[in-house]
Amino acid sequence: MIDILIIGSGGAGLAAALAAKTAGAGVAVAGKAYPTNSQTSMAQGGMNAALGNTGEDHIALHIADTIKSAHGICNEHMVRKMCSDAPKAIAWLEELGVPFSRLDTQSQGIKTIAQRQMGGASAKRACYAQDYTGLKILHTLYDACLKEGINFLNEYFLLNLITEDGTVKGATFLDIRNGEVVQIDAKSVVIATGGFGTLYHGYTTNAYGSTGDGIAAALRAGGAVSDMEFVQFHPTALKHSAILISEAARGEGGYLLNSAQERFVDELKPRDVVARAIFAELERGQGVFLDVRHLGREKLMELLPQEVELCRLHEHVDPLTQLIPIKPVAHYTMGGIDVDDALEVNGIKGCFAAGECSNAKIHGANRLGGNSLLEIIAFGRFAGENAVKHALFARATPADDTQIQKDKAHIAHILMQAHTVNFYDAREKLGKLFYDKVGIVRENTKLHEALDEVSMMQAELPKMGLKDKAKEHNQNLVEFLEFSNTLLLAPAVISAAIARNESRGAHFKRGFEFGDDEKFKKHIVLQWKNEEHA
Amino acid sequence: MKIKVFRSQTNTHQEYTIPGGETTLLKALMHIKATQDATLTFSAGCRASVCGTCAVRVNGKEQLSCSHKVKDGDTVEPLQYHPVLRDLKVDKQPAQKTLLTAAAWLHSFTQAAQNHADEKRSERQTDCILCDSCYSACPVFAVNPEFIGPFALTRAYRYSVDKRETNVKEIIDAVQHNGVWDCTLCGECTAACPKGIDPKMDIIMLRSASVQQGYADPSFITQSFGAPDFGGGFGFNPNTGF
Repeated sequence: MIDILIIGSGGAGLAAALAAKTAGAGVAVAGKAYPTNSQTSMAQGGMNAALGNTGEDHIALHIADTIKSAHGICNEHMVRKMCSDAPKAIAWLEELGVPFSRLDTQSQGIKTIAQRQMGGASAKRACYAQDYTGLKILHTLYDACLKEGINFLNEYFLLNLITEDGTVKGATFLDIRNGEVVQIDAKSVVIATGGFGTLYHGYTTNAYGSTGDGIAAALRAGGAVSDMEFVQFHPTALKHSAILISEAARGEGGYLLNSAQERFVDELKPRDVVARAIFAELERGQGVFLDVRHLGREKLMELLPQEVELCRLHEHVDPLTQLIPIKPVAHYTMGGIDVDDALEVNGIKGCFAAGECSNAKIHGANRLGGNSLLEIIAFGRFAGENAVKHALFARATPADDTQIQKDKAHIAHILMQAHTVNFYDAREKLGKLFYDKVGIVRENTKLHEALDEVSMMQAELPKMGLKDKAKEHNQNLVEFLEFSNTLLLAPAVISAAIARNESRGAHFKRGFEFGDDEKFKKHIVLQWKNEEHA
Repeated sequence: MKIKVFRSQTNTHQEYTIPGGETTLLKALMHIKATQDATLTFSAGCRASVCGTCAVRVNGKEQLSCSHKVKDGDTVEPLQYHPVLRDLKVDKQPAQKTLLTAAAWLHSFTQAAQNHADEKRSERQTDCILCDSCYSACPVFAVNPEFIGPFALTRAYRYSVDKRETNVKEIIDAVQHNGVWDCTLCGECTAACPKGIDPKMDIIMLRSASVQQGYADPSFITQSFGAPDFGGGFGFNPNTGF
């Protein structure tokens, strides 16, 4: 039995692993791919910390901006913690060797880190490494994990958490390589499995793997989820491929134009506002473009080299001389596993959650750019530390084999299922359904239609057998399990959206265009009534 | 359009027909898996050339599936020098062990004054996405499977030039055996890198650093005095700032 089992090997998982290891615990990190494959690599723009390296800034301003953008439904204590931990988090990354972009100053250490403007921020606050911030943080964390001898279990797909009397005892996994179902016993568990943006398959900036596996597992194990209706749409994804163009493009001075070449919104408003303004333009038949031509070659190649390359490759436009066609697509899921102030999962003792999969209630109804990398580092470490504290007094008796037997039977059953409906078609359909009916602007009639369609899809799940029956390296099976997880979360998102008869942050509903603090200045928390679904 | 894809079970290439028009290889593979053959196995992630998951070889050249635009008649195969697990999916764990061998991390931190020029010293090297393209392209592995290889050496170099590192010697020590001197400086890694990284130049720089630390090219010791081989690969790299 290990001390700390960390599920998910992105930025939050690696930060948790390093923190737990430093605290003296035995750690294993299980992930469905390799550590550096994770969604964290896609974070481009930066990581917020009120260092004031480029103009005046204060932690209090960072807190105020974050609270304002959350539209009244954040946990102010957690926001204060995250924002005041931010300079320490940056200093920690500096010590690990993260290659931040630098200023020409006479200073030392983190005072030399360059900072850029992001939407909704009252100062230049986002520390960055060109437009590869997430990539460079992630890889440096990985190098540090190798240095510390962290034990990685690659290609372990999370099936279920194991609980006894409401306390976590470990988890079961599908070892993708050999097809076996395995049980890992642990005193504490940290879930760091990322968000569920691929619910909007085809209409998301997210990697294929952002399928909410940990959130679904937490629900099945009796944990609670909250704020599921708040899905952030990033204003600027490439029109044809939905590939992300960083907010840094606007932070550095890029414009948004419609077909008439007119600017129509303050580009530096928070993402929810900008995404809705773009959506309105698209609805009246306008094309929408990002214009960075006036920034000039030197600045673009210096600050946004990745964006330039992605535009050329996927959209056939050269941002140096041409407008970039864009559309808003799903980008980040604010909601997730409901956790308390110690990041312990509401409903499962000894189980912690950090990063996009968790809802630590810091982003509220709308996340600020630059706060997600901050969250995975600051709260990833915090989750790791708290998991160690729990492990000190946890019972070291492993769970019995009830869960693993169930999961073995379940996998065997999936491989036996008849194939009459192709789940890849269903995945496309679900993505489009969500973009159209659970998207940027919502309506109750459409939400109800979406809920009906999701229910029908769930009823068809037993017909979606697999064509690939192989035991080893069955990617078809993995993708089916991922799809099942997103489908499990779909009704939670829709029903929370239906219940919230108001507009707040990223959740905007026709017929209820204003906020209703009296009824809805609160979190919608959902939990399964019984454990029969597991 | 027709493409041929390596299938591990039969050890042959299977031909698939995909709709015409511009498409990335990754989209084409996804299309095949979803509509024609669910058993075709490959790895994929971000679609945006940054997660490092989807590298394969197309017509003998390393490519990221998500950025390669398919052409009629393309032949798609798994990376070289990696155990093939199934079809295009390879085992990257042995290759990633080279990061441990190279001890490619920050060994001993000190706070340093850093400026824009310091950022530039390892900007390109830290664009590495660990896609393993360079490893697949490196001919040294055909004769020496224990070679540390390009990406791990580039990463070692990146830390060795970091002003925050006070123990450069430890990094240099780690890349002597099966390391910098085993490279033939052929430049295949540089040609293969989808992020424009130049591991060959990094290896040359590590050799210089090795000499500064008192190491010598082991081939000189056994070589008779003739024309010394300088590797034939000195070039100018604007990133290294000398």
